[in-house]
Amino acid sequence: MARMKFLCDADRCIECNACVTACKNEHEVPWGINRRRVVTINDGKPGERSVSMACMHCTDAPCAAVCPVDCFYTTADGVVLHSKALCIGCGYCFYACPFGAPQYPRVGNFGSRGKMDKCTYCAGGPEEDMTAVEYASYGSNRLAEGKLPLCAEMCSTKALLAGDGEIIAQIYKERVAKRGYGSGAWGWRTAYKESIAT
Amino acid sequence: MSRLIELARALALAIPIALFAGAAPVSAQTPVPKQVNPTAESVKEDQLLKELQRIEGRITIPDKREAVLIQPAGRDWREWRQSTLPRIGTIAIIGMLALLILFLIVRGRVRLENGFSGRTVQRFTAVERFGHWLTATSFIVLGLTGLNVTFGRDYLLPVVGAETFTFLSQWAKYLHNYMSFAFVLGLVIIFFAWVIYNLPTARDFRWIAEGGGIIGNKHPPAAKFNAGQKLVFWVTILGGLTLTITGYMLMFPFYSLPSTTLTEINTSIAAIQNAQVIHAVVGLIMIAIILAHIYIGTIGMEGAFSSMSTGEVDENWARQHHSVWAERVASPEGGGRTVPAE
Repeated sequence: MARMKFLCDADRCIECNACVTACKNEHEVPWGINRRRVVTINDGKPGERSVSMACMHCTDAPCAAVCPVDCFYTTADGVVLHSKALCIGCGYCFYACPFGAPQYPRVGNFGSRGKMDKCTYCAGGPEEDMTAVEYASYGSNRLAEGKLPLCAEMCSTKALLAGDGEIIAQIYKERVAKRGYGSGAWGWRTAYKESIAT
Repeated sequence: MSRLIELARALALAIPIALFAGAAPVSAQTPVPKQVNPTAESVKEDQLLKELQRIEGRITIPDKREAVLIQPAGRDWREWRQSTLPRIGTIAIIGMLALLILFLIVRGRVRLENGFSGRTVQRFTAVERFGHWLTATSFIVLGLTGLNVTFGRDYLLPVVGAETFTFLSQWAKYLHNYMSFAFVLGLVIIFFAWVIYNLPTARDFRWIAEGGGIIGNKHPPAAKFNAGQKLVFWVTILGGLTLTITGYMLMFPFYSLPSTTLTEINTSIAAIQNAQVIHAVVGLIMIAIILAHIYIGTIGMEGAFSSMSTGEVDENWARQHHSVWAERVASPEGGGRTVPAE
């Protein structure tokens, strides 16, 4: 089985936010929730870089570790998913997540955040694959259809890569070797405790 | 405007450089790098993480909190929540229970030395008792539901199963959030009812020095409240205040507050993490101390519980444990069986 990962090549990302839009559309993500976002660092200054970020599907995921009701699980593909049927909306995963991935439908007055929502790596949830029930809670299950996450698939500059960790790392390494520079795989050290040597 | 000037300046510099660079392969002596390196001054993840606790940028979506790209502090908080906190909690609660059991075995119940006189005096009014029980019941609910967040996954989940545990935890969360208001009201009532009796006096030092009559068999004089009770009072008030502040920070996250500094504090993930740490530690300390309070108010001391149930205590109890207060409230003749405590 592959170990699915995301990699954002910050030297290619042009902050078009198409990944954000594609994700929202594909999964009919509710208003106010962003499973994916683009953050621009040093905006307007020399060396500015944009990074598209969503759930990184961490190795030994912090969200899963801190969840008081143990609603997270990791699939055979290394995708970190959660059960909305079990989630109580306590906010703990949001405290622990290094990437700000967990989102809640409401602000959280009186702790009524609602069920947590996050990037599913287009892999749905614990319900049966490609069913209406699954779609309603988690969005489409492209992985079950044999497709990769839409954000990466339709990235215009191919800055955002999704797929088996070793393969996308290889692609990134080749790119860096060819063009002679690379600002690194953002978040990899934090998420996977490894970085791509270039 | 200055931006425009900068841009113009950059262009003015860049054009000749570009031309020069284009010409470079022809004139081999000039030390111009073969490739342009746009990352030379680009932001580096490692460097940013080293310099700052987190990487933050600009974002175009309305949710400005999402501008934080990476916050590794979550890892420390996870370590805290996953191993440090359960360890502290286990030590605090099991340790206190063990201590109390040991104390009961070694010391036994604190008996009424002269038995019950049959005459009672009022110790707590209805308002005082209402305040006490409002605080007490809400604290027990808050304590149990709070413990569920930390320990439920390890101890309750395997027993009842995932669906039932989620159902319980969901209600526990609602209870925890809403009962907090009752707890705060209780705190306010007991604060105003009892603060006057809980100011430290010289008598308290003697009480502590003589072990309060709990350790050993002396009965140091005490007014309405002895030093031990004063300690419980202040732990409840100050601990309760801390729990209230941190609790409402967690309950109303990312709220704007009247002052800019306060808003800045309240609108960061770091603040939430710190609030949770303080909330949990103070909560556990209070649970441990309240366990001791429950012990001494029920099985630990003969004649004590009625003060909070009916509000009346036996005169002999009053004389034995609160001699100064008893002087004021108990009947002067005392009767044959009563002897002054000191």
